[in-house]
Amino acid sequence: MKRRDFLKAGLASTAGLMLPIGDRAWAVRAGAQGPRLAVVFLRGAVDGLNVVTPYAEDEYYEYRPTIALPRPGEGDGLLDLDGHFGLHPALEAVLPLWKKKELAFVHACGSPDPNRSHFEAQDYMETATPGVPGTRNGWMNRLAGALHLAHAEDTVAFGSTEPLITRGAAATTTFPTGRGASRTMPMDRDPVQLAFDALYRKDRRLGRVYSEAVRSRAALRSALEQDMGSASQGAPDAKGFSGDALRAARMMVADPSIRLVFFQLGGWDTHINEGATHGQLANHLKPLGDGLAAFREALGPTWRETVVLVVSEFGRTAHENGNRGTDHGHGNVHWVLGGAVRGGRVYGDWRGLADDALYQHRDVPVTTDFRSVIDIILAHHLGLRGHARATVLPGFMPSRKGIAGIII
Amino acid sequence: MKLSTAQLMDRLTLGPAPGLADTIEHPGADRWLEAQLSPQADPVAVSDRLDGLDAISLDPVQLFQRYWIPFKKRKDSAERKQYRKQLRELYFQTAGARLWRGYESPWQLRELLVDFWFNHFNVFFRKGLCALWTGNYEQEAIRPHVLGKFSDMLLATARHPAMLFYLDNWMNVTPNSPWIHGRLKGYNENYAREVMELHTIGLHYHQADVYGATHLLTGWGLDRHSESGFRFRPRLHDSAAQTILGRRFEGGEDAIEDFFRFLATRPDTAQHVSRELAQYFVADRPPEKLVAHMQARFLATEGDLKAVTEAMIEHPAFAAAASRRDKFRTPYRYVLALLRASGVPPDNVQPIVGALRRLGQPLYGCATPNGWANTQAEWLSPDALTTRLDLAVALGGGWMRVVQENETDMPGTMSAMSAAMPGAMADENSNPIHRDQTRHAVDVETLIGALELVLPPSTLAAARSAPKRLRAAVLLGSPQMQYC
Repeated sequence: MKRRDFLKAGLASTAGLMLPIGDRAWAVRAGAQGPRLAVVFLRGAVDGLNVVTPYAEDEYYEYRPTIALPRPGEGDGLLDLDGHFGLHPALEAVLPLWKKKELAFVHACGSPDPNRSHFEAQDYMETATPGVPGTRNGWMNRLAGALHLAHAEDTVAFGSTEPLITRGAAATTTFPTGRGASRTMPMDRDPVQLAFDALYRKDRRLGRVYSEAVRSRAALRSALEQDMGSASQGAPDAKGFSGDALRAARMMVADPSIRLVFFQLGGWDTHINEGATHGQLANHLKPLGDGLAAFREALGPTWRETVVLVVSEFGRTAHENGNRGTDHGHGNVHWVLGGAVRGGRVYGDWRGLADDALYQHRDVPVTTDFRSVIDIILAHHLGLRGHARATVLPGFMPSRKGIAGIII
Repeated sequence: MKLSTAQLMDRLTLGPAPGLADTIEHPGADRWLEAQLSPQADPVAVSDRLDGLDAISLDPVQLFQRYWIPFKKRKDSAERKQYRKQLRELYFQTAGARLWRGYESPWQLRELLVDFWFNHFNVFFRKGLCALWTGNYEQEAIRPHVLGKFSDMLLATARHPAMLFYLDNWMNVTPNSPWIHGRLKGYNENYAREVMELHTIGLHYHQADVYGATHLLTGWGLDRHSESGFRFRPRLHDSAAQTILGRRFEGGEDAIEDFFRFLATRPDTAQHVSRELAQYFVADRPPEKLVAHMQARFLATEGDLKAVTEAMIEHPAFAAAASRRDKFRTPYRYVLALLRASGVPPDNVQPIVGALRRLGQPLYGCATPNGWANTQAEWLSPDALTTRLDLAVALGGGWMRVVQENETDMPGTMSAMSAAMPGAMADENSNPIHRDQTRHAVDVETLIGALELVLPPSTLAAARSAPKRLRAAVLLGSPQMQYC
């Protein structure tokens, strides 16, 4: 019996958690180990042209007189990726991953739906049903179902509310962000829990989520504590996304049955004063890059079985607007990183920034449907067969064009 | 259809409070409701509290003059600190005024509507200058109009510096003007899009409409020398005629006002607003018949929100939904419901805004213009539920220090608070300092008095049989308290 399971069993007996799970369930749980997927959603539409920048194209500098990033080698310049594209200098922390070929990008990627509303487009990206409003469950939830993940804590969304992407019929859980995430709360104590058990266990509307809350919180906290004791030696937690990514990685190391995790970061809607090497966008990219590097570091050998997908609802205009910012666009760059990724390459069908190559003469087009990237991860990383993938991505005909081989 | 006292308390107030049932039954439900729809000035118990709060009493230009410290000066760390302190003060004033009115005002329907409409026309306190103006924005652009004309509210928000700054329209200028200077360089389509998508017609527009509206709205901006902070600047305006949503608008300030009035009376707007109101007050998926009924009233009255609100309440679907008691409370409504039921006034704002932050709904803290969602699917998650229960334990046990005391080092934050809560007491001696402090535990019988009409007897019984120090917590955290 793993320590964590032991802890859970211990909790179950002392706290009076009458969970309907016996030894058999634990056995199933042990069998649920396997490859992991982390999704990071950049809400607000990150400006992909200033993340992975086609610096070799003159149009880029023409379109962006004040917010263009200087070419590699110039002061405060881009970090060269492949002689054509460069990486925003604030993302220096992930450059080693690129060099080790563990980080790939898919450019001109996104949703085929031309909607430029943040909220609609985010919904579409979370449900993976672009153009079909009102889908009530998210693709990560359907994925949890397709992977037969048995317990809520196998799928963890970080944050205080449950995002659409993990909502649906399969049990999933949320875990708080921030430094106080693992601190003891009254609910972690027996008498308090007992008092609420009596009211909640049988409640028609909230009974299920209550039970999930109690058990997943106990499980995740014990995973976190277990690892904190060994690896981190009481080192102080990092702040912000780095901290959350570190905690998530520790949990995943301690508990191999956590298979799917989700993070979200806001603040990308740079209509004004976007900045270039320094400024608003850079200030948001830095913690993202640092956090991903910390995540990789803390995962240790688990990194080999992990893929991280970084997405955003749409890109931004190729031209800067009148306020040194960019408005809502179309295609964007999505990131794929992990030990199982064939990185060091910018994938996708890049058609350049010439005016007639732009979507509506304004935006990077979408030449790779974001669902194709998800599909290849489902197939080659998570090992799902066609019919199972179809339950995650209903009504979608995936294409490998431009992204073949991205997963080893 | 006649609504019961319990239903009125649930759906048209921020939660039952001691004595509220009598207040409703004394004049009778009909007269109480009628009065709610024509609210008067706040009573002295409320207005005394709000007296002298700069955040809601100064005009935008005064606020700018008194509280703004220019960016250049803030390079100095003392000035930077001072600026943060000033904004913090404005935040606590703004939040305090809202919480106090929500807790104490007899005009409870108005307080719910303020919550709804502020959220509909959301601005984000922490975006730059919005911090100076959020209190005034709610006070002047939202509050007076929640039972008035929709078009008036739309125009009031459109002209308010907080909205002009939040959605960047103050920077939306024609690049062809010889007068552009400094940070003003050209078009910005942020507000033009959201005023259609979020504030009025919903997703019924095309990119060409955004383009047209962006051009039309150039020059509609800020001015620190006008009293209101708003000014239309013809020199920065693109006066070419624009076709938006199939209608032609000549340029100029009058055309912009026409555009807002046009948006305010669209059938799409009537439907969008009706559906959102119904979702807030009635059901996560409101019945189409109800929405159609409200929409028709909206169109018949040219957007008279009192008439639309009344149409919603009088419709049979309202009473039917209220009798199901299945509307999941947002964190804001939950926290107010706890305070009101407990009779614990929000004297100390800090732990309350801290609780809202932890519950994922920081007051004035929605960064995106779509505002907070109002549905159970958005707010119910395992972690959210445990956080609510922790809050119930904290408040019920009196560990939350909401009541004002003459202490300088009040442990206001949630983390300080949770260290002092009974949960943590199992770690023997971990926090001995907190042991001696006076607690204001909530009196269970007061609570039962406030809640007995809405909570089932089984829950009341469960509370009475719980360990003494958890009795109030059990009621406040009960499954039925999550709903209204």
